[in-house]
Amino acid sequence: MLRFLGQHTLAIVRELGDFGVFTSRSFSAAVGSRKLGRRVVRSIYEQGVRCVPVIVIVGLFTGLVLGLQGYYVLNKFGSSGLLGTLVSLTLIRELAPVLAALMLVGQAGSALAAELGIQRNSEQIDALETMGANVHAYLISPRLIAAVLVFPIQTTFFSLVGLLGGYLSGTVVLALQPGVYWSAVFHAVHPRDVRECLIKAAIFGFLTISICAYNGFNAHRRKSASGARAVSASTTRAVVISSIVVLAADYVITSFLV
Amino acid sequence: MTIATPADLFLDVRGVAKRFGENVVLSGVDLAVPRGSVITVLGKSGTGKSVFLKCLAGIVRPDSGEIRFDGNPLNAGDAACRTEFRRRCSYLFQSNALLDSLTVLENVALPLEVTTQMPNREIRQRCLEALSQLDLEGNRDRFPGQLSGGMQKRVALARAIVTRPELVLFDEPTAGLDPLRRNAVFEMIVKYQRQFGFTAVLVTHDLPEALVASDQVALLDAGRMHFQGTPAAFNASDDPTVRAFRDSAGELRDTIAALRRGETIQNKNDL
Repeated sequence: MLRFLGQHTLAIVRELGDFGVFTSRSFSAAVGSRKLGRRVVRSIYEQGVRCVPVIVIVGLFTGLVLGLQGYYVLNKFGSSGLLGTLVSLTLIRELAPVLAALMLVGQAGSALAAELGIQRNSEQIDALETMGANVHAYLISPRLIAAVLVFPIQTTFFSLVGLLGGYLSGTVVLALQPGVYWSAVFHAVHPRDVRECLIKAAIFGFLTISICAYNGFNAHRRKSASGARAVSASTTRAVVISSIVVLAADYVITSFLV
Repeated sequence: MTIATPADLFLDVRGVAKRFGENVVLSGVDLAVPRGSVITVLGKSGTGKSVFLKCLAGIVRPDSGEIRFDGNPLNAGDAACRTEFRRRCSYLFQSNALLDSLTVLENVALPLEVTTQMPNREIRQRCLEALSQLDLEGNRDRFPGQLSGGMQKRVALARAIVTRPELVLFDEPTAGLDPLRRNAVFEMIVKYQRQFGFTAVLVTHDLPEALVASDQVALLDAGRMHFQGTPAAFNASDDPTVRAFRDSAGELRDTIAALRRGETIQNKNDL
């Protein structure tokens, strides 16, 4: 039992160390990397433009449900005028960064882990290494830089669409005056809330894309599976760990920022 | 052919050993590669030829042994030495290992883009030249997945030679090809070896083609290099392992004839 615990603890510590080295190497490799800008733009497209539909759909429905539930609860206390406050603070402080990150992990993160896993499996990464290329600079750095830029933008987008959803269910479906809703929104949201939201989003972006890249890049090191199964196992692991890390990091960051 | 002294050797491999868990793949392999020569490493499937080549390229780290490149040892910990080796060496993968999300032109340009400070115009010119030499100009904007196996092999070769390397390592360059394409690949290797003057180390089990195209052949068996010498010496060798490999076609003919006569044959070779 003790041996089992010790072995697993050591394996976790070793992997955390390996992950730390991987991430720091990927960031430092960006310095002086040729055509980095072009690769960053491509990564921004992958994590940004291609993920807009899912961000819009999830953001809109989150806002709609928040508006609906919030209205009925607040109406019980005669405070339906505070619907804008409830929707905006819930979205900007918590739901937008967390849900946008989870959606981006589901779309861009899983795609990244699978792509790197296949590249590893088909010796494309080995080929880059034999050329003398810095594989971290070529494959990972642009994705990490893009994530730190794109996640806050997508989160902002999610918040705006969510606020619109709250507005639609509060005023179009239910009986709230539009002016009351928007006035509550503008009075409730402080710059500090927006700053907290963007910081969270950037940290989530950094953490999740690092985790997805790490798992895909090291798909060949999986002991439990090989070949296509190793790619699928690495992708699943990347998404599961990233999702848990988003929620855990949210708690930690919130407890520091609030 | 004159015997090369250690000072003439471009690549000098001594006692390279590699094991994966309990499985000992290489147990002290030696190989002497003179500058400007074509050397083919032969051997049965699963004898560790590709692992040996990957040890040379630094993709797999050997457990022990010494590899000297142009007189300098390639130690695992010496990053500068390994970088210098990679700058002067190219590796042609058995699977070609082309980046499937890049076009043919982008694939060929990749080693120059990521390892040199060459201006874009010069990179493009150099790549178009390489593609033209390999009759691939018309395919420069296509993706590897849209090309035939032979074309992919040529793209991989173009990518390997575009940096004008001094040493090219070929891992099973003819695997899975029909005899005509196999001949074409060997012709291509010798032609460009003569044209660009690189040293070539090939791994294959295509014996007739290798004997014709190589300056020297080596036979890897049971984790050790069993033979290294000229094709003529290989043909004249009385060594039982060399004979078994060399005369496999004749042996097959005798075995099939015996089976047709209804005789019982014991399995002699592991698959």
